[in-house]
Order: sequence, then C-alpha cells, then structure tokens
Amino acid sequence: MQITLHLNGATHDLDLDPRTTLLDALRHHLGMTGTKKGCDHGQCGACTVLMDGRRINACLTLACMAQDARITTIEGLGSPDRLSPLQQQFLDHDGFQCGYCTPGQICSATAMLEEIEAGWPSHVSENLDGPFELSHAEIAERMSGNLCRCAAYANIVAAIRQAAGTTGWREDAA
Amino acid sequence: MREFTYQRAASIADLSPDATIIAGGTNLLDLMKLEVMAPPVLVDITHLDLGGVEPEGEGLRIGALVRNSDLAAHPVIRRDYPVLSRALLAGASGQLRNMATTGGNLMQRTRCPYFYDRRMACNKRDPGAGCAAIGGVTRNHAILGASDHCIATYPGDMAVALRALDAVVEIDGPAPRKVPLSDFHLLPGNTPHVETVLEPGEIITAVILPAPPGGQHRYRKVRDRASYAFALVSVAAVIGTEDGRISHAALAFGGVAAKPWRDPDVEALLKGSEPSDALFREAAEILLRPARGWGEHQFKIPLLRRALIATLRDATGMETAA
Repeated sequence: MQITLHLNGATHDLDLDPRTTLLDALRHHLGMTGTKKGCDHGQCGACTVLMDGRRINACLTLACMAQDARITTIEGLGSPDRLSPLQQQFLDHDGFQCGYCTPGQICSATAMLEEIEAGWPSHVSENLDGPFELSHAEIAERMSGNLCRCAAYANIVAAIRQAAGTTGWREDAA
Repeated sequence: MREFTYQRAASIADLSPDATIIAGGTNLLDLMKLEVMAPPVLVDITHLDLGGVEPEGEGLRIGALVRNSDLAAHPVIRRDYPVLSRALLAGASGQLRNMATTGGNLMQRTRCPYFYDRRMACNKRDPGAGCAAIGGVTRNHAILGASDHCIATYPGDMAVALRALDAVVEIDGPAPRKVPLSDFHLLPGNTPHVETVLEPGEIITAVILPAPPGGQHRYRKVRDRASYAFALVSVAAVIGTEDGRISHAALAFGGVAAKPWRDPDVEALLKGSEPSDALFREAAEILLRPARGWGEHQFKIPLLRRALIATLRDATGMETAA
C-alpha cells in the first residue's frame, strides 16, 4: 500500500506491506538506521522515536498508522556537528558502553524532560501535582522503558540531569 | 505476522463484525507478531472522534481513545480520582502509556506465558486444547475465580482502579448499551477464550465515572521489579473515614483473577467499623477464603493478604506509605 511518512522535516512516499512496522520502515526502507531494533516487542525501548513530540515504541507501531504524524528520530534531534543538549551530555558523561540503546535513550529522555515541564507526575512522585524533583528515583522511573544491557545507567542518569540544567529545566519550575 | 487487510474507519458505522479493531496496538501488534492473533481485517479507529474527558452528570466521561498518559495527567483525574492516576502511572512505560488507549487497555489479553507460546496447550488460544499452565511453571497466574480450564489473569492496572471507582463501559454497536465494569470481564469457567461481554460488531466508545467518591485513594502494586512490570498483586483502595469509623470502602484487586476482583463481603465488614489490625486481618481472611494456589504462584495468597492489610493501614492513617 502507498504510505506517506513525515520524518525529520521531510516527506517520504513509500510502497509498503501493511504489516511493516514504523521501525522497519525507518531502517529497511528509508535507511535511517539510527533507530535500533532490540526486542521488537516493546520491552526494551531501543526503537524509541518521537511521534508529534511524544515518545513511542516504533516496533509496536504500524507504518500505515503513523502517516499523519511528525516522526522525529535520533537523526532529527541533532547531528555530529550540531549535537542536541542530551546528545552532548551523553558524550560528556560517557552515558553508554556499546551504544546500541543510546538513540532510544536520548529520544526517550528528550520527551521525558518535556513531560516533566508539562507537569506530568510519575509513579514515584510523592504528590501528583508536584513539584517533581529531578531525583535519581524520578529519572529511573520515568526512563524505565529503556533498558541498557551494559548497565550504563549511572552515567545515563547523570547525563540527563546535566542536560535538564542546560535546557532551561529548573527544579523550582515544575 | 500473517497478512491482513488494513482499513481506516471513517465512522463507527464502518466497523464490520469480522474486523479486529486496532488503536494503540501495544498488545495486539505484539500478539500478531507472535501469530497468537491473526486477524484477517484490521480496522484502525484512531481517526474516530472518541477522545476527550468531559463532565457527565456528577462524574466524567472518558473517551475510548484517550491515551493512558493523558488520562493519568488529567487535572480532574488527579484531583478527584487519584487512584486512577496512580494505577495508570504504575503500568507499563512512558512510551507505552503514550500509545495505549482507555478502551484498548480494557481489551488487553493476559500475559500468561503459555498463551503467548503457540507450542503450548492453551484453552484461551485454542479452545479444548487444555491448559499447560496448570502443572507448569506459574507465577503471574490466578488465585481467585480460576477454573480447571484456565488460570490466566487479566494483567492491567487501570481497570483495577476503575473497578474500585464503579466505572461503567459505554458500548456502541447494533444495540448501544452501558455495562458496569464489574460485568465487563468474564471469569474463565469452561470458556476461557471468551474474555469480555463485547460482541462482534461492538466497540467501546467511553468509560464513565460516577461522582467523585472522596476519601483516601491508594494504588499499591507489588511486582518482580520496581518499574515496568505487571502486577503480581495490586490493591486499588478508596477509603472514607468519619468519626473514627470507616464510612466508605471500595477495594479492587489486580493480578489475581481473570478480571479486576472485588468482594462485597470484605467491604461490608469494613464499613462502620473502627480501623484496627484485627479488623484488617479479618478482611483479608474473608477476601482469601475462596483463594486457591494452583502451583508455585500460591505465594500470592499471603502476598495479597499483606498487600491488603498494608494498604488499609496506609489509607486509614495507621501507617505512612512505604
């Protein structure tokens, strides 16, 4: 079937089997291999992309159902010569080992910080109406959909905290 | 994944009885990849006007397409039905909550590993095949309301809170109707493949909440890891106290049966009584009188007893939340 995807500011027309997931469309049909396939069952978060700014699992999304949305992948967040604040902090804090989960971690964290700015509570928030501290517990809970088999979690948390500081996120603003 | 025909519904009238509805897809697509489900026709309802959280009478009408993350963060849900926010936030991951819908969440299938493994006998997947979970390795299985044909649980959190809130499911179809959530999910009996009262050609259009119940709201979930795991047991509690006595008690339990479990005898015991450890122990005894452990997961019986007592202590101010 004919499918149109709006990806990182560009429009792509594709002829795909309806069974094609957004993840496979990105990797196999558009050559955008930044987004990774880990479990392919929504359990690891390696395929996390942004759909209209919200983080989702591309492996559990049919490409044909993603046609009206703006899709942003790791390639759309920044480039080697123009890194996003989170990409820079993951480098500065060594927030990875093998790097396979990293694009998903960065896409997820990008949206997660916006969720906090929007005042969304989490399972570990003491009060549903905030304030939400960017504590280790809050970051761990809000990022629990992204697994890292190298267990680089300590540095991932540090990178996210630092990036929150550089993108205008303030503890007293939540 | 088996081949299917993809359709995009432009109106509810477009839904044919032989089409399988997809919205968030977080569970259905996974089951299709495993070929546990193989719908020949998939109808995408995400473009239907089934969103929004609006006042209805003294309560609220939650559209079937409202995403879990939006519902959890909705200011009125947070203020008037916090047990629902807490249950939603205890479920899945940030990514999945952005995808999962209110209606789809009620329709999610069990996470019994024998249901997911097509080499294993499963009466739910293949009626009459038998149940490999009975006598197999059990952990997330039922201790209440199960049968010799199936010991699978309904896995979700949202519906457990909705059950404690006396929610009603609004259904459209050839004959539009409203079904209390208490009657929506079915116990397995000898037809475990029939999981809800929803008929072919019907669709959930909304979930309706009655007037806010007030009181203390708690959702306590016990699971194998701190986050992003299904409940071993969970307790949704709405507890009101007046003059030192319990005036309102609504308790629903997750992870223990094929539906969010509720026991009127437990609530009747609590209502009008003074909170005490002895009272809570008695409540747990009543709750677990029909409980049966079918295998290794019988650890859930003492676990649910402790979870109930801890939740009641917390909700009545006898102990702060752990």
